Amino acid sequence: MLYYLLRRAVFIPVVLLALTLMIFSLQMTLSPVQRLAAYAPGPEFLKGGNDQIAALIEKYGLDEPFLVQYSDWLGNVLTGNLGWSETARAPVADALIDLFPATAELVFFAFIPSLIGAIWLGTKAGVYLNKGIDHAIRIFTILGWSFPVFVFGLMMLMIFYGTLNWFPPGRLSQWAEVVVAGEAFTRYTGVNTLDALLNGNLAVFFDALRHLIAPVVTLTYVNLASMTRVMRTSMLETLRQDYIRTARAKGLPERVVQNKHGRSNAMLPVVTIAGMELAYMMGGVVITETIFDYHGIGRFAADAASNLDFPGVLGFALYFALVLVVINLVVDLLYPLLDPRVKLR
Amino acid sequence: MTVLRYLLRNPLSLFGMVVLIGFVVVALFAPLLAVPEPYQISPYDTPRAGFWAQPQPPSGEHPLGTTQGQFDIYYGLVWGTRTAFKIGLGVVLISVFVGVLIGSIAAFYGGLVDEVLMRVVDVFMAVPLLIAAMVLTALLGKGLVPMIIALSTFGWMNYARVVRSEILRVKELDFVHAARAYGTGDLRLILRHILPNTFFPVLVLATMATGSMVLAASALSFLGVGTEEGYADWGQFIAYSRNWIVGQGDDPFAYWYTLFFPGMAIFLFVLSWNLVGDALRDILDPRIAK
Repeated sequence: MLYYLLRRAVFIPVVLLALTLMIFSLQMTLSPVQRLAAYAPGPEFLKGGNDQIAALIEKYGLDEPFLVQYSDWLGNVLTGNLGWSETARAPVADALIDLFPATAELVFFAFIPSLIGAIWLGTKAGVYLNKGIDHAIRIFTILGWSFPVFVFGLMMLMIFYGTLNWFPPGRLSQWAEVVVAGEAFTRYTGVNTLDALLNGNLAVFFDALRHLIAPVVTLTYVNLASMTRVMRTSMLETLRQDYIRTARAKGLPERVVQNKHGRSNAMLPVVTIAGMELAYMMGGVVITETIFDYHGIGRFAADAASNLDFPGVLGFALYFALVLVVINLVVDLLYPLLDPRVKLR
Repeated sequence: MTVLRYLLRNPLSLFGMVVLIGFVVVALFAPLLAVPEPYQISPYDTPRAGFWAQPQPPSGEHPLGTTQGQFDIYYGLVWGTRTAFKIGLGVVLISVFVGVLIGSIAAFYGGLVDEVLMRVVDVFMAVPLLIAAMVLTALLGKGLVPMIIALSTFGWMNYARVVRSEILRVKELDFVHAARAYGTGDLRLILRHILPNTFFPVLVLATMATGSMVLAASALSFLGVGTEEGYADWGQFIAYSRNWIVGQGDDPFAYWYTLFFPGMAIFLFVLSWNLVGDALRDILDPRIAK
């Protein structure tokens, strides 16, 4: 166990180094002037013309050799300075800390129902293989797997915003934004629903919830579909095992066989997949956040990427790698609890 | 024969197969189905009927209506089929090639080589596909080729993993030892004796990935880093519908056609590849025997 953790701890910095080196070399394909433009907060910054540009390139070391610039950047990162992001108009670290609660809130509400739903639906489909329920669930999952998120999201907007005006885009209504930004409202976590409850402000709570529903449904549907597929396949394989036959032969009630012997064992691959899905969701649900105008990590990363805001992209990459590492670690530590046969080495 | 019997017993798979063949036909006969105007430089540039912002509903001249900026939806969808095949097959072929190469080198030589290559895979897996592809397309410029390069750069890792684990399984089997004892060289051993065993798992993976790569590509176009303005590309056409989904006045569905037709095209295309991939897996994977 200890050995396992140590080995993990050695690999993480190696992967992080390689990852940032890769992105950094992409950045270096731009000329020093182009890279300077990414740092310039505004046109007045470059008023001095070519001389000033040259001076700034000199000042920030933008024409230094690759490794010098990389180690400068790395030195800054190690002291907690991720640089300035032009897309967020804020230091990268601040932007990430600011946006994280928004994405976490969205992911929390979408992940839990998809995980529980997937285990439930997948078990049902596996038990009733080739029956009506199974066919319905298969069709549901393959549709979800093939349906483009952006079309689904736009349809949600068309129906629930355009027609019914139930679920508007954004994170909060304008009046609620004012309340949240006001003196009387304390932002404990940055998670709107939680903060509203802690402040005892039910109006803001329901407003936040109302804005969450459409993106949450969109996300849940997509994730539910892919996780249910895995659960179904896994359940089918488990139900063919000898110990299932043994359990039935010794006269256990069918319910116990299915739930205890079948489902518990079939859940293992789902845990791995669910961990990966969770990581990718925390890494920003780019399309969902864009469609519903929901300011989270994904939108920030997409904006940074398409504007070649490399400090932003590098900061995002570090954040995502961190999320991936933590979630993988949790999944690995969960495994021996779910399956006593697994031992960490 | 087994394939045919399987298809007949699984209406869903049959449906997928038929839809996929339908798309192939549309792609092949695109010049007949949607005749390019003589003044067009490239048939992939969708002709536009004026420059009004407001989309126009389906009419005799424009069977599926026009988008904002008056691009003909029917024309864009027909030629977009070719674009979809180019992207899907292009990305998957390149990814398979790179993945198989790296996976087989890692598995065959093992040890340090394996360790290093698998850490490289880890690094590439630690980047979200969409964001990474956005950075690359933003660097390389708009267009089909940059999109294909960007998506394949971050799409080969699964093949490498599958090929590696398959080879590790096969490598110690008797026939490989026999071939080696016979004096077969490394390259011949890999190409003739080991790699063919990985063919089916890779085929299943590749079929399934074709659909999702087309999805990713259209997401790139939707987010504005895909193809050029007016290029016949489904994702681009959905992006055009974005400003019009809330409708007009008391008719929220006034511009339904701008979302519905391109959305259906992508959906059916991806669906057909997924259904065919599912069928292939069921046929080829003996563990899920009926």
